[in-house]
Amino acid sequence: MLQLQSVTKVYPNGVHALERFSSEIQLGEIIAIIGGSGCGKSTLLRAIAGLDRASNGTVTLDGEAIAAPHAKVGIIFQEPRLLPWLTVADNIGFGLSELPAAERRERVARALERVGLADKAKVWPRELSGGQAQRVAIARALVAQPEVLLLDEPFSALDAFTRKDLQDHLLDLWADTRPTLILVTHDVEEAVVLADRVLVMRPHPGRLFEEITINLSRPRDRNAPLFEQFKRHVLTALDRSLDRTVPDTQGRREPGGGLWW
Amino acid sequence: MIMTVELQAPAVAATPQTASRPWAARLARPLLGLLLPLSLALAWELAVWAGWSNGRLVPPPSKVFTTIAELARSGELTRHITMTLTRVGIGFGLGVAAGTLLGGICGYWGLARRLIDPTVQALRAIPSIAWVPLFILWLGIFETSKVALIAVGVFFPVYLGLTGAILSVDRKIVEVGRVFRLSGPAMIRRILLPAVLPAYVVALRVGLGLGWMFVVAAEFMGASEGLGYLLIDGQQLGKPAQIVAAIVIFAIIGKATDWLLEIATAPLLRWQDSFARQSGAA
Ligand SMILES: Nc1ncnc2c1ncn2[C@@H]1O[C@H](COP(=O)(O)OP(=O)(O)OP(=O)(O)O)[C@@H](O)[C@H]1O
Ligand SMILES: [Mg+2]
Repeated sequence: MLQLQSVTKVYPNGVHALERFSSEIQLGEIIAIIGGSGCGKSTLLRAIAGLDRASNGTVTLDGEAIAAPHAKVGIIFQEPRLLPWLTVADNIGFGLSELPAAERRERVARALERVGLADKAKVWPRELSGGQAQRVAIARALVAQPEVLLLDEPFSALDAFTRKDLQDHLLDLWADTRPTLILVTHDVEEAVVLADRVLVMRPHPGRLFEEITINLSRPRDRNAPLFEQFKRHVLTALDRSLDRTVPDTQGRREPGGGLWW
Repeated sequence: MIMTVELQAPAVAATPQTASRPWAARLARPLLGLLLPLSLALAWELAVWAGWSNGRLVPPPSKVFTTIAELARSGELTRHITMTLTRVGIGFGLGVAAGTLLGGICGYWGLARRLIDPTVQALRAIPSIAWVPLFILWLGIFETSKVALIAVGVFFPVYLGLTGAILSVDRKIVEVGRVFRLSGPAMIRRILLPAVLPAYVVALRVGLGLGWMFVVAAEFMGASEGLGYLLIDGQQLGKPAQIVAAIVIFAIIGKATDWLLEIATAPLLRWQDSFARQSGAA
């Protein structure tokens, strides 16, 4: 279980990026974090990853405090961040250097197979499309078999079709070992398709605003009326989270009108 | 469906590039560059041959070639070339070693950079030739001062290239190393070194070029052997053909060593997607 206890982050420049954020996340849960730009989503993810330390509060995984990158926590960034001097296969095996070569090769081959890039093993990263590169990044994170996988807007640089493809693919991969997924997104549909729970955040300072449980069975039909209802629900919550910060002089807003990004 | 289209497209696009452009075309490209110097040489040769110029101060190519052939036959050429190559080799080695060591330390370690870098930058502002009198006083007129001058010339581009390269390593890539919990040495070996390599190779090549420049200066300051000596000797005895011959040999060997360096480092940089490589292959 991942426990966030009033995690607070004040950057050296005085920005209150995160204010007493608390939540409990069970193993195997899929959490989507959504919120306006600059409300501390990346900050939160980096604190869980142990890349930046929180100014206050604690992040604990199975009772163990996280202060530095942890073996059981993986992260996928908005960009694939592949190492350009390693082939696709070596990129995927990058975190497995402690394993014997044979086992590493086998795990990498299986991961490549799993993300549908078996024929790209020997290829340089620059020869991949954006979607393929992000699949390699997913494989690199998953091959280390993390208990918690953090994803910071992993599909936002991709076109709508590829994004949908990768969302389904991610669920597929998740079903293999059922790690905890914590996904930051700007895409309400993505949140509702993937998550068990959607955490809506609000800015200045960044804090948890609302929590919405999506109890839809998987696989989810993007066109089902109930799906639409959840989407609307999340959208209104988002709207309210943003309207509080904007003076109410601009008149009534349409649901989703706050989604100006 | 989508997958097959996606996967086949690059394969189809790659074939005509490699197949319809045979090695003949790849050979023709460098030959194109030889066209201008060769026709100029030929024109001058004809001009002298036709008697429009006596070619005494600017010897025609045939005269230069005979000079080179004579020097080669007497064994003098090998002696001079060996001498110059040795000086460049040792000076380059020392300059690279010092530049890499200091550049690596200053690039990696902030405190060392704040301590050392300002001094190095100040020294860099001094034209390197200005050291010559001091070097001669300190190290004597013979080999040591010459090698020292070459090493100084090589040091600066290597040092600057390496510190700059380390400082500009992408923080995002370093973060990947942190996520996989690399130790300090592993971070250097698996992230920093490969990330820095392309810029380092460029720095080595610039350094080598400067090494060749400074060997001439070094051999001007009183040498009895070496290609630079051939230049001075040609000037003092009024033999322009010998000067041009030495210049031609400088050009050939300088280019050859640069080319060797490029060949030696190419396997390490295969992953790079550089503009030059693309236009070289297409
Ligand atoms: N390294 C930093 N130093 C100082 N302030 C920062 C730093 N990183 C982020 N901030 C500030 O902290 C706040 C939260 O930033 P964060 O990147 O977490 O937002 P976000 O929710 O991920 O936004 P987006 O949706 O645009 O990615 C912002 O106001 C930002 O300006
Ligand atoms: Mg962000």
